Amino acid sequence: MSVEDKVKKIIAEKLSVDLEEVVPEASFVDDLGADSLDLVELIMSMEEEFDIDISDEDAEKLVTVQNAIDYIKAH
Amino acid sequence: MTENSDRTVVVTGGSRGIGRAICKAFAEPGTRIFFNYFSPADPEGEKAAAEETIALVRQNGAEAQGMWANVAVPAEVSQFFDQVMEATGRVDVLVNNAGILRDALMARMKEADWDAVLSVNLKGPFLCTQAAARIMAKQRSGRIVNMASVVGVIGNIGQANYVAAKAGLIGLTKTAAKEYASRGVTVNAVAPGFIDTDMTAGLPEKVRTAMLASIPLGRSGSPEDVAGVVRFLASDAAAYLTGQVLHVSGGMVM
Repeated sequence: MSVEDKVKKIIAEKLSVDLEEVVPEASFVDDLGADSLDLVELIMSMEEEFDIDISDEDAEKLVTVQNAIDYIKAH
Repeated sequence: MTENSDRTVVVTGGSRGIGRAICKAFAEPGTRIFFNYFSPADPEGEKAAAEETIALVRQNGAEAQGMWANVAVPAEVSQFFDQVMEATGRVDVLVNNAGILRDALMARMKEADWDAVLSVNLKGPFLCTQAAARIMAKQRSGRIVNMASVVGVIGNIGQANYVAAKAGLIGLTKTAAKEYASRGVTVNAVAPGFIDTDMTAGLPEKVRTAMLASIPLGRSGSPEDVAGVVRFLASDAAAYLTGQVLHVSGGMVM
């Protein structure tokens, strides 16, 4: 599975949305209905899956699905 | 079986006293009870006490497992919850009950006594709540009950560390209640007054008499008195109750 697909799968799972809704430009909060606790859990899941540390500062910048994919690819 | 029997209940400090009474109160066929115990000063005695709790719980038809783990150590807490998840795949109830005493007047209280009590009585519940709430949030259901104390509300001579930890635990209760409410998790605290346990057995007769005089119901409480309220908070009857502190003190504090 590509990084992109993995990230999308985690997002769909964590936010309890259909995979088809997880399009690159979708915003976690505005389009996918995430609240603050969802965001924290999403970040923690990505940290676990990809074995990386995402600082709070970086986490704040991950607003859309594409932001997350780009971040994971770059780290 | 009752409406609440098919569930996994985690109790910290379940080998003796109020913790044991809580394990017993939840024990019924279908319920899986996991508790931890820890006492480096008397490992053998503590293990024997844990075995007794396990036997009492099994007598009532519930499954029981005790594990040696220090709630103040993150790695041991995650191991404890990993074992519960491996065995049952869920956590429906967490009772943060484990606690220690290191009493002294503030003038003589050692930093080590302060640190030890805050670690076990406040950091412990924080770590366990973090671990359990993550699981409960996924389940979209869960009950957390924290063992506070009336002294956490009114203060007490000789217990600066214990009182600060219990007052802190009440704050933790309210914050966790707010953070996890949207996930169907309720978080409440029970504040026992003067309860007959190993913890209070060592008090001088004079102190005992004075304590009893301050209790409107005229008697000390039993561990079962406290366990019954904990069980209530974890039941369907308490579904609309969160972020609260219930005093179980015979009216000592109103």
